[in-house]
Amino acid sequence: MAAIDHKGVIRQFPELEWEASSGSLILSPEKVDEVVSWLKEDPAYRLDYLSCVSGVDYLEKEVKTRVRNEAGKMVFKTSLSPEKMEVVYHFYSMEKKTGPFILKQRVLSRENPVVTSLTPHYGGAELMEREVYDLFGIRFTGHPDLRRILMWEGFQHYPMRKDYVPPNDYEYEPTPHGDVLERARERREELEGQSP
Amino acid sequence: MSPVQTMPPRSYHIGKDDLGADILEVAMGPHHPSTHGVFRMDLKLDGETVVDLKPVFGYLHRNHEKIAEDITYPMSMPFTDRLDYLCGMTNNWAYALSAEKLIEIKVPERAEYIRVIVAELTRLVNHCLLIGFFVNDLGALGTPLLYALREREKILDLFEVLSGARMMVNYIRFGGVRCDPPDGWLKECQRIVDAFPAFLDEYETLLTENEIIIARAQNVGVVTREEAINFSLTGPMLRASGVNYDIRKVDRYGIYDRFDFKVPIGGHGDCYDRFMVRMLEMRQSVKILKQAIRDLPEGEIMGKAPKIFRPAPGEAYGRIEAPKGELGFYLISDGTPIPYRFKVRPPSFVNLTALRHMCLGHKVADAVIILGSIDIVLGEVDR
Amino acid sequence: MSLIGKGILKGMGVTAKNFFQSYYRKERLPTVEYPEEKATINQFSRNFPFLLYDGDDPVDGMRCTACTLCERACPPQCIYIIKDKDENGKAILSPRIFDIDTSVCMSCQLCVEVCPYEAIRMDSAFELSNENRFEGLLLNREELLKPNAYYHEIHPLEARETDDRMAAKAALAEAKKKARQKRARLAAKNKPPPGLKKTPPTRKKPPQREKSE
Repeated sequence: MAAIDHKGVIRQFPELEWEASSGSLILSPEKVDEVVSWLKEDPAYRLDYLSCVSGVDYLEKEVKTRVRNEAGKMVFKTSLSPEKMEVVYHFYSMEKKTGPFILKQRVLSRENPVVTSLTPHYGGAELMEREVYDLFGIRFTGHPDLRRILMWEGFQHYPMRKDYVPPNDYEYEPTPHGDVLERARERREELEGQSP
Repeated sequence: MSPVQTMPPRSYHIGKDDLGADILEVAMGPHHPSTHGVFRMDLKLDGETVVDLKPVFGYLHRNHEKIAEDITYPMSMPFTDRLDYLCGMTNNWAYALSAEKLIEIKVPERAEYIRVIVAELTRLVNHCLLIGFFVNDLGALGTPLLYALREREKILDLFEVLSGARMMVNYIRFGGVRCDPPDGWLKECQRIVDAFPAFLDEYETLLTENEIIIARAQNVGVVTREEAINFSLTGPMLRASGVNYDIRKVDRYGIYDRFDFKVPIGGHGDCYDRFMVRMLEMRQSVKILKQAIRDLPEGEIMGKAPKIFRPAPGEAYGRIEAPKGELGFYLISDGTPIPYRFKVRPPSFVNLTALRHMCLGHKVADAVIILGSIDIVLGEVDR
Repeated sequence: MSLIGKGILKGMGVTAKNFFQSYYRKERLPTVEYPEEKATINQFSRNFPFLLYDGDDPVDGMRCTACTLCERACPPQCIYIIKDKDENGKAILSPRIFDIDTSVCMSCQLCVEVCPYEAIRMDSAFELSNENRFEGLLLNREELLKPNAYYHEIHPLEARETDDRMAAKAALAEAKKKARQKRARLAAKNKPPPGLKKTPPTRKKPPQREKSE
């Protein structure tokens, strides 16, 4: 499978960012329609097949990088990587049999992440984007039918987010494990406290 | 108060649309024999004709991806068996393939051949079962299905001898396979593979010329070439619409470039084509199996895998041609032994996107066989 | 189509062939009537784990050293181990509690693969239904311990391989011990000067999970 050269798309859209570490094109949600329709039609790319849509959640966290200071010594420098959410699209070309081409929509807000839907361009994105909305809470503008898909309607949370805490509403079975036993006991007490 | 109770009760009513015709809303499923699991289709019917359809699923959802993001890489392997629970071997392979992209592990020759053998056997298992259930949906209750199950049983026995379990195999490891086939296994495998075309011949006599199947399945649920690509269909669904795209040929993952086989392509994209493409694919699988068994070399079965699987930060997307379509695993590593992001790209979930399009304008009974021809497994759709 | 219904008739021929041959050909009817007749379990089949012991006494001959490798490798976390202590409160190398919750276990065999002492193996018994779905399916140490002879009975090939491997390991340990004694004797002959005593390397202990009993 031949890899896809990214230089052409950068030449066409010089303002786009190319992330070399993951080999992916970073898009802001406003540019999506223009870039994607170009990638789909351009004879050098012809990315006609959208393979996979995945959401990724990054919490704010400290990263340590090794840098050289003025004295020429290697030291650790801590910096803060901002919280962000990404929707990753893996494209292939069925016509040219090339791929993958990775495209990421990145938003720097975890409270209200909004990206642009690719469903108008690729019908196959419909269920996959609904799944990302369901599990990550990322909303897609332009999606025809954005509802929960795996969780039930009325479920409040987004379970694939990294800070999700599962609600204590299971019927715990007495397994041998200490923490499950402990949670079962807490849950039982909580339920007994509720009922008269 | 459990959150389930907050769901509003569902009402079924006969209402009037703008044209004055009666529109009937029917929830078909989740417990319906034709939906192959707990799957629901919310249908809007004008008489017998489907005017709208919404697939509803998630009843088997256990958030496989979240579970996998709490445990180490090798510990996720047995969970992948439970995705598409009919094809444990190919699920294992897809996951191992992605993980082997994160850490470069050279898989020994013998292991590669064994992987091909078990993957093609899995394809036989899956297509046998699918075709059996497909004719079951058409109304041939039981008999042809049991003939297919009988053949599948023989291959499952092979899997049991090889890996210890019939379906939850947990056999493929990062860098190889778990154990060498025991003495006599290959001989038995050869015997079953050699006998398989006879079964296919018999099955084709039973079914492919059958006037009822032709009348029910031809020109039903048509997907054109362009629509199939647009809907991201993969596997036999895509090839039945006339697109020559098989990941075994395109990616040539593993050692598939060494085998001589053809990719069956359909011309009409209807249910009958999807059925026939699978029949023909089984013959090609038999062809691959014969070559693989003939060429299987001696040697190691495990490559040099690190004792603790701790990839460098990075990401990998590995995909294989599973019996149902493209099965992909997208892994993001942050340098710890636990994956930061673990995403499954399930083929039957994505293939369901086309269900509404295929069913519109057909009768309710056709919706059943269209769903059957997609080949969904709810363990994989819901994850 | 030359004749309407020809395909159906051909299909019915196949069905008739299958029906009549099912009386005298085994491959046309491979099923057995289960409770009266049982299909043979092949020796590679696996179901739930059990513990192995050598000799006659289950507890004394237990191979398990409570290293908790299997507990950590278990994907659904169905194994629970508490180490034994002697009278002085010092930990000894055997489990006081070893529980496996078979209602959670998914028969993946990862515990067998990580065990360095060949102490845990997969059973192939399958008639395990029980009236109590909680405690009845929770197997404790005494229920799990089975003799090596049983292992030879259910998985003969694998058991022989295991025994060979253990014998080779024991022989290696014996040889090492002899070599060490020889070295010690030699060292005793020409005493080293004081102050050059080697300190044994300290090994970092892995963090232990908190457990309630």
